[in-house]
Amino acid sequence: MNSPAISVSDLSKVYGDRPALSHANFEVPMGTVCGFVGPNGSGKTTTIRMLLGLITPTGGTGTVLGQSIKHPEKYLPQVGAMIEGPAFYPALTGSENLKVLADLGGFPMSRVQPLLEQVGLGDRGTGKFKTYSLGMKQRLGIAAALLPQPKLLVLDEPTNGLDPSGIQEVRELIKDLANDGTTVFVSSHLLSELEMISEHLVMLRLGKVLFAGKTQDLLSAQQPVLVAKPEYAVDLGKVVAIAQNNGHEVSIIDGEAHIIGSADWAATLNRLAFEAGITLAALTSVLPTLEETFFEMTGDE
Amino acid sequence: MFHVFLAESRKLRRPTLLFSTLLTVVGISGLFTSLLFLLINSRSGNGRRGELINAATLSLPNGLVVGFTSTVTLLGVVALCIFAAQTAQEYTFGTLRNLLVRQPSRMKILLGKYLSMAFFALVMDVLSLIVSVALSYGLAGHAHVSTAAWSTGAGFHALAQGFGNVFLATMGFGTLGMILGLLLRSPISSIAIGVIWVLIVENLLSLVIKDANRWLPGSLIGAVGNGGDIGITYPHALLFGGLYLLVGAGIVAFLFKRRDVAN
Repeated sequence: MNSPAISVSDLSKVYGDRPALSHANFEVPMGTVCGFVGPNGSGKTTTIRMLLGLITPTGGTGTVLGQSIKHPEKYLPQVGAMIEGPAFYPALTGSENLKVLADLGGFPMSRVQPLLEQVGLGDRGTGKFKTYSLGMKQRLGIAAALLPQPKLLVLDEPTNGLDPSGIQEVRELIKDLANDGTTVFVSSHLLSELEMISEHLVMLRLGKVLFAGKTQDLLSAQQPVLVAKPEYAVDLGKVVAIAQNNGHEVSIIDGEAHIIGSADWAATLNRLAFEAGITLAALTSVLPTLEETFFEMTGDE
Repeated sequence: MFHVFLAESRKLRRPTLLFSTLLTVVGISGLFTSLLFLLINSRSGNGRRGELINAATLSLPNGLVVGFTSTVTLLGVVALCIFAAQTAQEYTFGTLRNLLVRQPSRMKILLGKYLSMAFFALVMDVLSLIVSVALSYGLAGHAHVSTAAWSTGAGFHALAQGFGNVFLATMGFGTLGMILGLLLRSPISSIAIGVIWVLIVENLLSLVIKDANRWLPGSLIGAVGNGGDIGITYPHALLFGGLYLLVGAGIVAFLFKRRDVAN
């Protein structure tokens, strides 16, 4: 069995008396796209920096591509990364900026132009970085991360500043890389972005891992909700009573009964309501989005 | 380390930095050497601090490098600015994290950058020497200075020694800039503090405190470039100037190796 691309155990980082990451445990399987989600300030970038050897953990251990994070020199040649936005030399062109990194990593210069084309900057490589729009800067950051033809690609908020078509292109790029066997560890504070492309998820809040596992497991952790709306508002209490008498949790939101229960029970509810003389104007089964599940878990609004 | 050297060279080769620096060097060397010969009979002097350097002195074997060595402090300031900016900009641009992901050995990053900038300083000094030597020969006749001794063995020895000393001093000032850049992590702060300290604070301290220049880093490095100075012997300047830089470099290298890259 393949060892995980990333594995951390009790990984912690404390700044002064403020914990940035507290006893994090998670694994990222090899060859998958793993979303790394959490609100701003939840410790995502701190974790990524520890994985890349930029900051020293105050506790715990970790491995990347099977090597201890204490020895980043052993795995970083196979890792591409864009951390906390693209950072380049403003007075150099996009192409020159990539060449600086190619020099540094000992990569062939012939890789620069195809990479610029891959991220849609083929005709803008000769422009100075300081003249780039935020979206172009982001694309250059992704190109830089792809320079080593990485086994593991770490992208920190890669779609920041991109327009909808740019976001879609990045999603497609990530999917293509994953199809070629690259493990992609991608962070975002927007869960909806990662829900579509991630097979695995690691969710952070206030420096603690809330969930680490398959995206599908997270979805199934939350039961679907039946939303029932009687034709007459006065019947709402009766609908609630029917659901509760049958062992379902109910909450009332905007004149609708939100009943925890699978879609299978919808027919029973409809029949029981009819027998009680209630006409249901609407009855729908809603599967919560990952975002709703996340907010449910984190308690965010 | 060679890869870091190449990467840093690419940054140093950018036309705006390269040509503006080399033009500055040409200007400094041209100005100092020209004034040395053109003001040879001036009452206000033609050397550093109003010193009078006459035709007889300039006709000696080491006369050819007098103009060149008198530029040492300004060449040093240029080197200080470049070393400080090239180092501190990695923090302000946030590019240090890119460098460390591609080359995780922090000491290799530091040494590769240093060697690359040392090469840049060498180019600066060679250019300055060429301009100064060319102007010295060109203006010697006008100042009634004999050039016969310049092309003797003693003359070449003085030329090599002068160049070596100026290069050592340029590297000394550059190292000071790199130390400041690593400590302050801001190009503007490190350049401002470095230049103000070397050009203003040390001169003021030397005026109000007797023999202060024997212990001030900028004065000591400048004295190395001049092969010694008033009240400072060459070995003293080399020993204590070098000691300052070694201790400073050791401290910042330790900090650079241990400090989290969190920006």
